[in-house]
Amino acid sequence: MAGSNNLKITPPRWLLAELTYKCPLQCPYCSNPIDYAQHSTEIGTEDWKRVLTQARKMGAVQLGFSGGEPLTRQDLPELVQHARQLGYYSNLITSGYGLTEEKIIQLKEAGLDHIQISIQASTQELNDHLAGTESYQTKKEVAHLVKKHGYPMVLCVVIHRENIHQMPEILAMAEELGADYLELANTQYYGWAHKNRDLLMPTKEQFEEAEAIAQAYKEKVADKMKIYYVIPDFHEDRPKACMNGWGTTFLTIAPDGVALPCHSARDLPGLECPSVNDYSVEEIWNESKTFNFFRGNEWMKEPCRSCDEKEKDFGGCRCQAYMLTGDMYKTDPVCSKSPDRHVIHEALDAARESALSADEQPLIFRNSKNSKKYS
Amino acid sequence: MTINQEQTITFSPMHRLQWEEAQQKDVILYPEGMVELNQSSAEILKLCDSSRTPNQIVIELEEKFSTSGLTNDVNSFLEVALQNGWIQQP
Repeated sequence: MAGSNNLKITPPRWLLAELTYKCPLQCPYCSNPIDYAQHSTEIGTEDWKRVLTQARKMGAVQLGFSGGEPLTRQDLPELVQHARQLGYYSNLITSGYGLTEEKIIQLKEAGLDHIQISIQASTQELNDHLAGTESYQTKKEVAHLVKKHGYPMVLCVVIHRENIHQMPEILAMAEELGADYLELANTQYYGWAHKNRDLLMPTKEQFEEAEAIAQAYKEKVADKMKIYYVIPDFHEDRPKACMNGWGTTFLTIAPDGVALPCHSARDLPGLECPSVNDYSVEEIWNESKTFNFFRGNEWMKEPCRSCDEKEKDFGGCRCQAYMLTGDMYKTDPVCSKSPDRHVIHEALDAARESALSADEQPLIFRNSKNSKKYS
Repeated sequence: MTINQEQTITFSPMHRLQWEEAQQKDVILYPEGMVELNQSSAEILKLCDSSRTPNQIVIELEEKFSTSGLTNDVNSFLEVALQNGWIQQP
C-alpha cells in the first residue's frame, strides 16, 4: 500500500460539506462526479452536526457548504448555526438560485459568514444557456441582496471557451454588483468538464488575452475588489500543488457521507473511501487507507521521485494523472518533465480543432438523465 | 492608502479575528482564506476597536509589555493591515 511510511499527519483546516447533489442548474463543467445520480442518498442533520463537531475539534476552521445546491437542504440554517457555535468560518457556495431576502437574513442570524455566488456569464442569454435554467436575473438580484445585508461576497465565474471572450464585461459586472472578491476560475477538467473538454477548453491565445485583461483590471480595482485567478493548468508547464498535498489540509464529505481527500477522489480505483457512517472524522483522517494513500512521497514514480520540486507540487493531481494516463501514481502530465506530456498537447489540439470545426457537438449538460446515461 | 495618524482604527467587519486552540495562535478569517498571526500582530489588531488612534495603540502596547520604541513597528504593521483590508479608518 502506498503512503504507509511514518509521517507527521497535519490536521484538516478546510472542510467542504457537499450537502447534496441536487441542483436546479445543469452547468456542463460541474465538478460533481458523472455518476452522481447513483449516489442519491444523503446523510441527515444529526450526522452533519457530528461531522462538523469532530472536524472542528481536530482543527478545521474554514467550512464550505456546497453541493449541488446547498440551499435545497431545508436544515441549512440549523447546520450554519451549529457551525457558528463551534467557531467555524462558514462559506455558502451557491448558485444563488432560490436564495430569497428572507433566507439571507435567516442565515445571517444563524451566523453565516460569507456567500459565494456563481454567475455563468455576463449576459442573460449565455448565462441561462450554460446554467440550463433561467437564472441570470435572479442571480444579479441575489448578489445585490447579499451586499445589502452586509456579507462579504465572492462572485465566482467559471471561465471556458464559451464565455472567455466576455472577460471585460465579466469584470465590469463584478464591480457593478459590489463583489469583494472575484474568482475567475479557469475550468478544471474533472467530472462533467472532462466530458465536455473539447468544447470548453480555450486556446492559448484566448487565455493569454483574457489573463492580460484581468491583470490590468486587478490593478485598477485593487482597493475595492480582489481578483483570484485559478490557473488553467493545461497551459502551464508545472502541475498545481493539488489540495496543498493529499490529506494535509482538505477534507471533503460527499452528500452520502463518504469522506474524500478531494472531490474527485472517488473516481480513483481501489481507494475504498470511508464513510462517516462507519468511522469518526479522526479515524478517517489519521488511520484510513484512503487518506494515507498519497501522503508523503514514498508512492511516487520517476520523474517525481528524484525531482527537486516534489515538495512544492507533490507531483500534481492524482485524479488528473489517472484520468489522462490511466495510472494514478504517475506524474501529473501537465508537468513538462512528464513522459506523458503529449496527452496535454493532444487535448489542446483536439480542443482547437473542435473550436474551428463547422459542426461542433452540443455540450452535455449535468442532469440526472445524462448522469444515468454516461455512468 | 496610508494610515491617518489622527483617526481611530477599526477591525474590518468583512474579516474575523479569532483564537485557534488547535493552532495555538490568533488567525484572521475571511472568505475561503486564513492568515496566521504572530503574537505581536495579534496584539496590535485586538486594539483596533474603533476607540484608539495609532499613537494610542503604541502607548497601550508599550505599557502592556513594559517597553518603548514600538512606534515604527506598529505603524509599519498597520500599513500592511490596511493594504490587506484587515483594518479600516472612518
